[in-house]
Amino acid sequence: MNPGKFSRLITFLILIFFYIPIFVVIMFSFNASKSPVWVGFSFMWYKELFTSSYTIWKAFLNSIIVAISASFVATVLGTLGAIGLYWGKFKGKDYIWIISYLPLIIPDIIIGVSLLIFFVFIKMKLSLLTIFIAHVTFSLPYALMIVFSRLQDFEYSIIEAAYDLGATEEIALFKVIVPISFPGILAAFFMSLTLSIDDFVITFFVAGPGSTTLPLKIYSMIRFGISPTINAISTLMLVGTIVMSIFMRKYLRYIF
Amino acid sequence: MLGSSVEIRNVDKFFGDFQALDKVNLQIKRGEFFSLLGPSGCGKTTLLRIIAGLEYPDSGDVLFDGISVVSIPANKREANTIFQNYALFPHLTVFENIAFSLRLKKMSENEIREKVEKLINLVRLEGQENKKPIQLSGGQRQRVAIARALANEPKVLLLDEPVSALDAKLRQELLLELDNLHDQVGITFIYVTHDQAEAISVSDHVAVMNNGRIVQIGTPYEIYESPADRFVATFIGETNLMKAEVVDVNDEFIRVIAKGLGEFSCYKDKEVSKGDKILLTLRPEKIKISTKPLEGINSFHGVVEEEIYMGYQTKYFVRLDEGYILKIYKQHVNYLLDEKIIHWKDEVFVTWNPNDSFIVEVEKG
Repeated sequence: MNPGKFSRLITFLILIFFYIPIFVVIMFSFNASKSPVWVGFSFMWYKELFTSSYTIWKAFLNSIIVAISASFVATVLGTLGAIGLYWGKFKGKDYIWIISYLPLIIPDIIIGVSLLIFFVFIKMKLSLLTIFIAHVTFSLPYALMIVFSRLQDFEYSIIEAAYDLGATEEIALFKVIVPISFPGILAAFFMSLTLSIDDFVITFFVAGPGSTTLPLKIYSMIRFGISPTINAISTLMLVGTIVMSIFMRKYLRYIF
Repeated sequence: MLGSSVEIRNVDKFFGDFQALDKVNLQIKRGEFFSLLGPSGCGKTTLLRIIAGLEYPDSGDVLFDGISVVSIPANKREANTIFQNYALFPHLTVFENIAFSLRLKKMSENEIREKVEKLINLVRLEGQENKKPIQLSGGQRQRVAIARALANEPKVLLLDEPVSALDAKLRQELLLELDNLHDQVGITFIYVTHDQAEAISVSDHVAVMNNGRIVQIGTPYEIYESPADRFVATFIGETNLMKAEVVDVNDEFIRVIAKGLGEFSCYKDKEVSKGDKILLTLRPEKIKISTKPLEGINSFHGVVEEEIYMGYQTKYFVRLDEGYILKIYKQHVNYLLDEKIIHWKDEVFVTWNPNDSFIVEVEKG
């Protein structure tokens, strides 16, 4: 076997390894039976999802509300933080930089527990608001890092040129820095969105009654036996993700 | 447009422990093309940034038309900068780059269009209005940077090595354009460069800087022909440096004796007395070289040790009988029909006018 064929085979096997479980989910979402045995093609689970799954949609809506609001706030804060950390000159900058990205490394479970203890300590009722705060907290370092890496692409003299031509700091920020780093800012927003919709562990700790998000809902449904409506909603989310990733393909390079 | 005069008074600037500028004093006339020349790290860019308002002096004053501008920030100062890397706004078109300062002034759309078009014609960028900086060549980017800076109608234009990123041929062209542009707009140009040829060819006056100090200010002619010290003599062009001792002093000329050369005469451009140790500079193109004996006060005999053919001239390194190696540039002009081309190992006679050497250092004896 020549090396070309071999590497092609390996690639193929890895892709199968990745995608077979996903393919299985898609397949069974169209299965005409509740048991995981292929019986025949059917839209019954989609029908059920759209007609009699109010709680799933409620959870989905919660997820979307939290994801959009938390990502927006995390992106704004992350952008400002990145600008400050990149160009600012102040004492202890290195340490602030380290504690800014530390949450990336700290295990989710620790963040979840500590947030819960914190909310209990300040006597804050667990609700969508606490989930929102938690999501801003863990998305922020990602947003900061992505925007920061984008800022490294352009030189400070461009900002100096703006001042030189009569711009104030605000004008330089909104007419020069933000437009130039916009691909990075957008990438940060999408990254936060993905992280937020996806999160289970941290949300699990800080969610209160009536504030179930989609991952929590799916988990609770599994405990009462697997309903193929989960397969259906998973398939729909997958389609959504694929559409989104095609749309933001040009911005993806600022994440990786 | 009218330029401002610029005055720098006793400016000091420190970066931590490093002193970038040391008691710098400078007077630049209205409408002048003034160059700050020096090796990298000499403080020339720092001085330019202080004039622009992008950097603040630790002490001293900067005056435009006799009025202090130190407290005026860069965005209000009537000076605009052309940055070394041009610093164009990558997200804006050529038109919008040039219109940037006009939009901040809230001019009407018609006024902006009219003014930008005028500038585009001035820097010859017709047809490039809607391109982004990334689609332009180096020379075109530089032109956009010039137009963008001029749009703000500055009284002083600051240029930070504006042609250093371009290739040699284009550099010459753009330098000439800058010179023409200066004549057209009539504002004060302050030009920072490490390239002595650039500074000499376009400036009205040049300030040579080294280690944060101004070493010499003068016209290009003065700087080249009568350098103030050893640094200026060696930094600008090439030269022969000779250590000598004064043996006799007259009204205008002195007799000196130098190791490897012997005794010869030179012009007394600095006050010296008998027994002083001096350092002389003599430009290589001032020396006459021939295979036949030459008439002259300072005549020497030697052998061509090295010959470098440059096309427009030949560089000779001649070892004199007493050992000194003299650098000589000879243009390829033949005045006599029988003049022979000088080659390696040829025995030659050299001479120079005592007026052409200058004293750059004096050590009292």
